[in-house]
Amino acid sequence: MAKRSAPEVNAGSMADIAFLLLIFFLVTTDIATDSGLNRKLPPIQDKEVEPPLIKKRNIFVLNVNRKNQLLMTRAGEEKRVELKDLRKEVVAFLDNGGGTGEDACKYCEGAKKTESSDNFSKAVISLSNDRLTKYETYISVQNEIIAAYNEIRNRVFKRLFPKSGLNYVESNNRYQDPQTNPSEKEKLKEKLEEVKKIVPQVFSEADTKKA
Amino acid sequence: MSKFKKKKEGGLPPISTASLPDIVFMLLFFFMVATVIKEDNLMIDNKLPSADQIEKLDKKRPISYIYAGKPSERFKNMGTEARIQLNDKFARPSDIKAFIASERANLREDQLNKLIIALKVDVDANMGLIGDIKQELRKENALKINYTTRKGDAVSN
Repeated sequence: MAKRSAPEVNAGSMADIAFLLLIFFLVTTDIATDSGLNRKLPPIQDKEVEPPLIKKRNIFVLNVNRKNQLLMTRAGEEKRVELKDLRKEVVAFLDNGGGTGEDACKYCEGAKKTESSDNFSKAVISLSNDRLTKYETYISVQNEIIAAYNEIRNRVFKRLFPKSGLNYVESNNRYQDPQTNPSEKEKLKEKLEEVKKIVPQVFSEADTKKA
Repeated sequence: MSKFKKKKEGGLPPISTASLPDIVFMLLFFFMVATVIKEDNLMIDNKLPSADQIEKLDKKRPISYIYAGKPSERFKNMGTEARIQLNDKFARPSDIKAFIASERANLREDQLNKLIIALKVDVDANMGLIGDIKQELRKENALKINYTTRKGDAVSN
């Protein structure tokens, strides 16, 4: 009697099984959205500390009302502003560089108006919103303010380190990428810190107004 | 005369589906690797806003999530106002204190001040609620926060 070879296993239903698993994973999972806008909250002060005196021309006040409309107060002038113009206005304010002498701004390229901000580290952006402001609008405003800072930081970074071929945001991403090797990270950190020192984010948020 | 019929010539041969399982498995593995199983069962609507100046969250640092939004269809009886959700439960702003304490209890000592609070808040929530959350976090000295967003154009929000 001839030796019988083992019968082959029918693999025809393999595709069905795999599809079933695939659909299970498709349904039960969502691609992780672990990215966003990083922010630091101010610590609570124990006592009533006298707020530091800031010149009016160095403050950019931004109000968001319950109808999600934006009002900016800059250099004593109040003006309604649309979200799409906000970035431009913030950059113009930060980049003004009206300071003279001690407050002179080396890296500013703005209009140098005397009624607007002195330099990057003096310029303060103050944001306040209503309790009924939508979160969506708030995030857009935050995003535009960060974008304005990033625009200036990119420029300063390129001016300080023209050879690196990167800008501030790209360097920051590289710095945070776990695959970047430690020695490069060290170098990047130094550069990033230097730019942050020249262009600090001075940002104040008023307590949300009671409705 | 042969016992078996000769195959007729001509006509398209059927397409082999033998490699289909391989393709499907490839897709399957992609999804298994690229996704994480949802950590919390959301009881609220959670459509995140979009922004374009985003930074990735460092996975090595401890992250705690606070969700907020309107209760979803199934939890209609909880009202239509945006609510906070902590660990599968609806919560009040005053519950954040206990939440942060329990999250901190799970951490090693050297990681304590590295805790990041990721706020996953629905686009339709009001800033009043967010303000309350932020105030509680300030009281607990959990100051590093992240507004979790999708990548996209912020102005079109």
